[in-house]
Amino acid sequence: MSEPHLAPAIDVRGVQRVYQAKPKDVVALAGVDLRVEPGELFGLLGPNGAGKTTLIKILTTLLLPTAGTASVFGFDVAADAKRIRRIMNMVAGGEQSGYGILTVREQLWMFSQFYGLGRREGWRRVDELIEAVGLAEQRVQRVSELSTGQRQKMNLARGLLNDPWILFLDEPTLGLDVSAARTVRELVVEWRAAVPGRTVLLTTHYMAEADELCDRLAIVDRGRILAEGTPVELKRRVQRESVFRLELDRLAGGAAALAALPGVVRAATMSDGAGEVGRERQSVVVNLVLDDDAALGGVVGALGGLGARIVALQKSEPSLEDVFVELVGRGFDDEAVHHGERPGPPPATLAEMTHDTEEAEPLGSEVTR
Amino acid sequence: MSALARPAAGTPQADAAWDRRRVFLANLRSVGGRAYPRVHGLFREPSWVLFEILLPFLTTSAFVFVYRALQAPPEYVGFVVLGGAMTAFWLNVIWMMAAQLYWEKDQGNLELYFASPVDMMSVLFGMAVGGLIMSSTRAAVVLAVGAVVYGVTFTVDQWGLLLLVFFLTLAALYGLGMMLSSLFVLWGREAWHLTQLLQEPVYFVSGLNFPVGRLGFLGALAVALIPLAVGLDAMRQLAFAGALGPTGTPPPEIEALILVGMAVTFTWMARVMLRILERLAREKGRLSARWR
Ligand SMILES: Nc1ncnc2c1ncn2[C@@H]1O[C@H](COP(=O)(O)OP(=O)(O)O)[C@@H](O)[C@H]1O
Ligand SMILES: [Mg+2]
Repeated sequence: MSEPHLAPAIDVRGVQRVYQAKPKDVVALAGVDLRVEPGELFGLLGPNGAGKTTLIKILTTLLLPTAGTASVFGFDVAADAKRIRRIMNMVAGGEQSGYGILTVREQLWMFSQFYGLGRREGWRRVDELIEAVGLAEQRVQRVSELSTGQRQKMNLARGLLNDPWILFLDEPTLGLDVSAARTVRELVVEWRAAVPGRTVLLTTHYMAEADELCDRLAIVDRGRILAEGTPVELKRRVQRESVFRLELDRLAGGAAALAALPGVVRAATMSDGAGEVGRERQSVVVNLVLDDDAALGGVVGALGGLGARIVALQKSEPSLEDVFVELVGRGFDDEAVHHGERPGPPPATLAEMTHDTEEAEPLGSEVTR
Repeated sequence: MSALARPAAGTPQADAAWDRRRVFLANLRSVGGRAYPRVHGLFREPSWVLFEILLPFLTTSAFVFVYRALQAPPEYVGFVVLGGAMTAFWLNVIWMMAAQLYWEKDQGNLELYFASPVDMMSVLFGMAVGGLIMSSTRAAVVLAVGAVVYGVTFTVDQWGLLLLVFFLTLAALYGLGMMLSSLFVLWGREAWHLTQLLQEPVYFVSGLNFPVGRLGFLGALAVALIPLAVGLDAMRQLAFAGALGPTGTPPPEIEALILVGMAVTFTWMARVMLRILERLAREKGRLSARWR
């Protein structure tokens, strides 16, 4: 930090964040270290409650760390918030900011004024950005009348008004349809690529999004970073095992029943299962990690005994979800289901405490119940 | 796409260093920015005719008739009209200003304002300016109605002082509004009760429709804390010069000084509360919409 122009875009050291809450304090971040270089598009991938938003709030100067230090382009989030605010911006998924009564143009202009753009300059910039995000037809439409996708494009334009050096995106495609989500992703990529040094920190709980967008990413769970690397590096971690995607009509005993079979390293129900299709026609998708392919025969043979019929079976190329399962010992939307020793680091006391509080906001999918 | 490809100037570190002029201009512009939706949003809903013209007209008329029925001296009708005009600002302060930040928090705007490079006080100030401009229509309508329909005549000796007192009253009122605004976010629901408390008796007690001087010393002292009461009393003395006789309240010059004190105190307190608010938000995580 002695050479400010060499400062990393994000430098987080030993950051903890505890929220004082009613029955028990919540440990949202249990000691996080992170370094993001200027120009990177970095992703934080993790389930709900992992602490992603909390980290973003700390970096955007809205929240102080309970312990540890964090800086953005060399400026400390606690002591130098003003300077950080001049060079960053943030956009969240489902953001309802602004005033519904204004038109898209007016709303963006209003926000431009909070970043010190001149009156004229503001209008010019707003019109450019409206064009760039593809809202030309909606420019004089009221904000309250925008679709979810249009709304988020406008929010993204707002985040670019001040030409930030670093853009914080908290689940930016949350709740968007496929095409709007793609547009938002493309805009982010294009914006970042246009000027060297522009940096993006993005949180998501969509694996595919993280995989597609990020130069590097960190997998976060219960306030800790469990792994960090490029998507390719992370996926390589699970390549050595043989992973299958097994869809069953039903599964008595849940994934745990499979995990107990010989040759099975791990079994976890997956989030992409057909959960919503009525009670009796529910199928169960299990991510099955085996010692090696030969163990599959035994598993298939045992399914009859569990009263399950195979709907589909397919060998998986490793995905980030597999990485997550490997690291955490449970599916992204599962309660913990694992067999044998836990591959990740042993949970520290802080992490254990976080777990308790998560029960207020259940993580388990219907499928496992 | 040229807008995305705009070359950024310099380095992040250079762009983060703003000189005083830039800081000042940014804050000034944010006042205008935040006032904008108020001023431009106002006439967009057709209901504005009802709220800005019809209702103020009706309430003022009702009081005029009551006073006439009571056979109150004719100057009292003038008081009512003046009081009615100023109610527009008062209601704007206790209903809209006070609840505004609370609403902005739910909307997610508050976080964006705090995370922007300008001082939150400028944003709050812009809100006040917007509300003030918006309420001026209403006030003007009431005054015009009073003068045209009910033939109120104003006898003003000291126009300068009257205008000064008017603007000082607004400064004190909106200072109070800015202060209440932060208080609401800090107190949440409790604060609604405070508004209710301020609303009802204030019509009567602040002398909106009833001259403060007739309340006796203690009554007058109690309501003197409300800037509207002081401002109105001074304006009455100035707008109906001579018609009033001794009112038992201080002369307008003194009341103007009191208003200066109120404006400064409330604005300063608004600033202090914003600081507290931001500190609580950053320490306790109490700013987010999802976590009350
Ligand atoms: N202001 C708050 N007060 C109390 N608990 C909070 C607050 N904000 C977040 N939490 C809790 O902290 C944990 C992390 O939340 P968050 O950072 O929002 O996670 P994510 O964004 O990954 O879903 C969760 O258990 C959540 O319930
Ligand atoms: Mg979140």
